[in-house]
Amino acid sequence: MTESRQLRALLEVWEPVIGLEIHVQLATRSKIFSPSAIEFGAPPNSLTDPLVLGLPGTLPVFNREVLALALRLGIATSSQIRAKSRFARKHYFYPDLPKGYQISQFDEPLCENGHLDVIIGGGLKRVKLQRIHLEEDAGKTTHVGVSSHVDLNRAGVPLVEVVTAPEIGSVEEAGEFMRSLHRLVRWLEISEADMEKGQLRCDANVSVRLRGEDRLGTRTELKNINSFRFVENAIENEIVRQIRILEAGGRITRETRLWDAERGQSQSMRSKEEANDYRYFPDPDLPPMVVDGAMMGSILRTLPELPSVRFDRYQRAHGISPIDARTLVSERALADFFDATVAAHPGEASGRTIANWVLTELLGALRASGLPVARSPMSPATLSALIALVESGTISGKIGKEIFEESYRTGEAPAAILERSGASQISDVAVLWEIINRVVAANPKQAEAYTVGGKDGLFGFFVGAVMKETKGRANPVITSDLLHKRLGR
Amino acid sequence: MTPASTAYWSVADTAGRVAAGEITATQIVEATLARIEAIDGRLGAFLAVDAAGARAAAADVDQRRAANLPPGPLAGVPIALKDVLVTRGLATTAGSKILAGWIPPYDAHVVEKLRAAGAIIIGKVNCDEFAMGSSTENSAYQPTRNPWDLARVPGGSSGGSSAAVAAGLCAASLGTDTGGSIRQPAAFCGVVGMKPTYGRVSRWGVVAFASSLDQVGPLTRTVADAALVLEAIAGFDPRDSTSLDAPVPRFIDALKPPAGDLRGLRVGLPQEYYEAMDDEVRAGIARAAAALIEHGAEMIELSLPHTRLALPAYYLVAPAEASSNLARFDGVRYGQRVSAPDLVDMYGKTRDAGFGPEVKRRIMLGTYALRSGYYDAYYKKAQQVRTLIKRDFDRAFQYCDVLLTPTTPTPAFPFGAKATPVEMYQADVFTLSCNLAGLPGISVPCGLTGDGLPIGAQLLGRPLDEATLLRVGAIIEATVGLGDRRPAGIGGLA
Repeated sequence: MTESRQLRALLEVWEPVIGLEIHVQLATRSKIFSPSAIEFGAPPNSLTDPLVLGLPGTLPVFNREVLALALRLGIATSSQIRAKSRFARKHYFYPDLPKGYQISQFDEPLCENGHLDVIIGGGLKRVKLQRIHLEEDAGKTTHVGVSSHVDLNRAGVPLVEVVTAPEIGSVEEAGEFMRSLHRLVRWLEISEADMEKGQLRCDANVSVRLRGEDRLGTRTELKNINSFRFVENAIENEIVRQIRILEAGGRITRETRLWDAERGQSQSMRSKEEANDYRYFPDPDLPPMVVDGAMMGSILRTLPELPSVRFDRYQRAHGISPIDARTLVSERALADFFDATVAAHPGEASGRTIANWVLTELLGALRASGLPVARSPMSPATLSALIALVESGTISGKIGKEIFEESYRTGEAPAAILERSGASQISDVAVLWEIINRVVAANPKQAEAYTVGGKDGLFGFFVGAVMKETKGRANPVITSDLLHKRLGR
Repeated sequence: MTPASTAYWSVADTAGRVAAGEITATQIVEATLARIEAIDGRLGAFLAVDAAGARAAAADVDQRRAANLPPGPLAGVPIALKDVLVTRGLATTAGSKILAGWIPPYDAHVVEKLRAAGAIIIGKVNCDEFAMGSSTENSAYQPTRNPWDLARVPGGSSGGSSAAVAAGLCAASLGTDTGGSIRQPAAFCGVVGMKPTYGRVSRWGVVAFASSLDQVGPLTRTVADAALVLEAIAGFDPRDSTSLDAPVPRFIDALKPPAGDLRGLRVGLPQEYYEAMDDEVRAGIARAAAALIEHGAEMIELSLPHTRLALPAYYLVAPAEASSNLARFDGVRYGQRVSAPDLVDMYGKTRDAGFGPEVKRRIMLGTYALRSGYYDAYYKKAQQVRTLIKRDFDRAFQYCDVLLTPTTPTPAFPFGAKATPVEMYQADVFTLSCNLAGLPGISVPCGLTGDGLPIGAQLLGRPLDEATLLRVGAIIEATVGLGDRRPAGIGGLA
């Protein structure tokens, strides 16, 4: 693409500096400060109560379930966890903000100074996190003609805001950060992170500077970038926009810009001068949020091995390629399936072989039947048993794939399918010698052309003939060996 | 049954007689409604009288009694609610135009508790707009007059409550106290007013003024009544995260013998509270102190050195929180809206028309104090002062069990007497610290001035030690209280 070639040229001179602020909806059943239920797509304003509506006299009560979920993320990102953190009020006027302030966290957030190891290329890159804090979502305003409609179903939905350090150096890294965070929150089972439902939303702070420059350039904030692709497109677009302005001798205005995915460009929403003074102060209705040792302990005990750790382990312990390792950790159920298969497998199992089976046969079959890994009809133990049959030479890889399909479809054990179909491999030298003799005798012209005439290509013809004779069950290694002997070269 | 005959019945008396079948709740309610009808035109205490609701509640109590079911500890007791308490189906205005016409869909926690105890919600009473004021002159609706002298204010912000209780228009009233808004009007109207420990009573359903200071409490004609009503409304409420999960004692037991024997009780007299006050107020407090000594109490003079910082700290914390709490009044979901072509205009016009001058003043003060870059200098500093004030009290309570002070520097003042906001703010100088420190406080009448105006003695106690305040307050009441003296301002009808 010419555009990206242009960008590459620009990036030899200019260095982008990107920081991301990502809001993740936590998967609780009720809202962060009230018992109202949470459900996507419910009729407008059906999931409200006096508190959500901001009625006078109502008070927030913190839903402790939210804390347990947020702490999982905090611990998984090696953040410092504040034993006592505070909620603060962030003030601004908007019709979808019923109280005139959003309950968020300001100078005493739950988590600080963590990091996320992002899978990028064949390895891991550490991105620093400034903070992870809790807050409530606002409602949703839609404009229809001259009137505006406010739906408060989303108001009070619990969010964590993850803020990276402004240290992301490329569009690709920003995209991979998003993917890694998306993977992690699903992995930890703290969010469904469905971007189409707005459960994971991204704002990006972007600036550029000449390479070698220490000072940061003036940044802009991009809002409304709610898919992996938009994040990459919007940031790339912004980098190019800023470089062009600077190269033309202009200056960057500190402003908030809204990404318009359809037009593929951003437009200014408000400049810094018009920016709100949010008048943060600790919410007097809510006592400090306390995290005690028991809570930390129970989360530490139940935290799963993280995707970045497994990505690394799969390569080191099993020699799996980075690409395959990355696919295996793309979702926790898949990685768990792989690990369970390895665990079920007897003897010196080759993780690579198992990975191949999982990634090609199993994933292919699941995709074809439209099932998630978690609902795979084939268990890790069954897959392991099948792989063992191939490894022991009882069946060929080709037969193995056929048995896989049948076992996947019917749930029958591979050994049972094998017994029923008599499909086990023929490795008996005497039996194969007899078949080879028969095949050579039946094709004297080809035998002569190969042996005397030197037509090497005919060797495959004889292998094929033996396979046809044995319905594919002949052990290919032994067959090849015996054929060479019989044909004299 | 003439209207006047039940008018000054105590809470205990009323509930006892209803439970015993000497009188029905319906008779009480009819008498009360008739008296309000006859007198309140001159007083202006009520913003809304809920005759239908009160009659229905009375019928319910009477039916329960007829069915031999327990009618509740406050059976048939007519209670008026300050209009910052949210009542289901009954207009709640907080004394502000911006909430005109709002009919809440839910009851405040204290209202639920009163109903459960068999009390009758007789109506909603006037107050300064959003409880901001010390005279009820800031009500957007009407002035309320002091029953002892109709030319004077009833105090505030719970002025409708104090006036209604003093005039016998209800047996008790609930007010709210953010910086003295129960105790000061109680003192001005010659009734008992208690601000419980912060967290003792749930704030669920209290239209917020300053969240870290607000507390609901009773205004009653006797200390015993304050004990009964407090017991009914106190207790942990999971809907208020600042609610204290502490057992609620039977407060009335604090008044049982040997409650009158104060030997061993140490009463602190903080010197900072005795510097500037009206001579007649000083004489009243001296009478109260003498009465306590006579009952065996020991007086200890001590110092609360940070007292002078209470007023400035209060006027940073309270407006800051108010500016935030009042942000929700935007005309979008409830209350009054002034239409305008664009959103920002609509907000501006709605809030300009809906809020009165004192509320606007405090929103501006609070908004200023919370500006980015000023938080540390103002709000945070004020919170640090609160800590110092709390420490003063902690130290004082190592040497004494209760503090005795005047409730107000002067008796009730005439309408319009406080020319500037700051003069008005200074009327609360003795009551603010208690809220900043979260302590319980009570104001008990300790006689009248030569002009026949009530004087209030204030007692401040340790956190959750309302019982001691009630016990000591009852001695003041029995010795130097008002006895059978009733407000002169409402003339023959009293």
